[in-house]
Amino acid sequence: MMKWFKSIAIVASFAAFSATVVADAGDKILESDCVECHDLEGAGPTSLAELWALKGPNLSYAGNKYKQVWLEQWLAAPTRIRPAGMFYGNHIKPGPEQDVVDEDSLIKHSALSADEAKVVAAALMQRKAKSGLIKPGAYKPGKISVSMGEMVFVKFRGCSGCHQIEPGYGGVSGPEVYTAGNRLQEDYIISFLQDPQAWSPLNFMSKRAMKDSDLQKFVHYFHALSQEAFE
Amino acid sequence: MSLPMLKRIGLLLGLMMSSVVVSAESGADLYKTYCWQCHGMQADGMGVNIPDMSVQPRDHTDTKAMTARSDEELFKAIKNGGQAIEKSVLMPPWGEVMSDEEIQSLVRYLRELCKCG
Repeated sequence: MMKWFKSIAIVASFAAFSATVVADAGDKILESDCVECHDLEGAGPTSLAELWALKGPNLSYAGNKYKQVWLEQWLAAPTRIRPAGMFYGNHIKPGPEQDVVDEDSLIKHSALSADEAKVVAAALMQRKAKSGLIKPGAYKPGKISVSMGEMVFVKFRGCSGCHQIEPGYGGVSGPEVYTAGNRLQEDYIISFLQDPQAWSPLNFMSKRAMKDSDLQKFVHYFHALSQEAFE
Repeated sequence: MSLPMLKRIGLLLGLMMSSVVVSAESGADLYKTYCWQCHGMQADGMGVNIPDMSVQPRDHTDTKAMTARSDEELFKAIKNGGQAIEKSVLMPPWGEVMSDEEIQSLVRYLRELCKCG
């Protein structure tokens, strides 16, 4: 029996060691290649001028925000999540009917190799600033149909004013939500909806009081959307 | 330079810095950050988000329509959202994001935009 314990302990310490080695390799990439556009440690902007200057999301709390599987896939084949960039005001121009996204002003995120994506995703998962805002288990798994979700998200709350609920439908100043179910941790979504500015100071998403049952429905809806086969 | 003079300059600099820290953002900068997305860069209600909206955002350059709204109503709509003045849910409440002082400076800026102050 003692031998068993020893072998388990050796395997566990080896696993922990290799996880650290992987994360260290990812940290090196983060600190050399990503820091120019992403805040890796700071709490966020303290003035509107700083908010406008943001080029990418704050990654200091990436481990509380993203799902690792999604991060790995996305880093290897990045797509645009915010149709009008990080601060939409820098990427719009007057159009013939209404303001339009100035596509030429948007920066493309570079793709990493599969190996790099793996180590960077592992390193990001170690970054857990603002953990105090997360209530583990806040999200209680459940289901809602897309049409019921739309009632809450679109009709009652008007959120599609700023967020796309399918490619090409909805507002563009905020991030698309049809990929949020795969992208974001559920407890983070609940926490962010309760207080967007606590995570992202001065954020141009409004903060509104919502019942817990509505918060749960939002996450159910994002899951339902992520099951849809959008082209 | 005498020591009292230096002290006075130091005090003045300190005061200037503290006022920078506590000063609220200007109405124009707040408008650009929070309102452009729907009301547009030209404040004409033609923001980048509107193509799929069921209700068009208010044109803030419309002198006649804006004159019909009191400062109190504008303040209330910004602070508590469109539904607070029986308008669209698409106008979100900003009272938890901006201070009352900032909302007041936004109202003053709206009066500049509509030329109806």
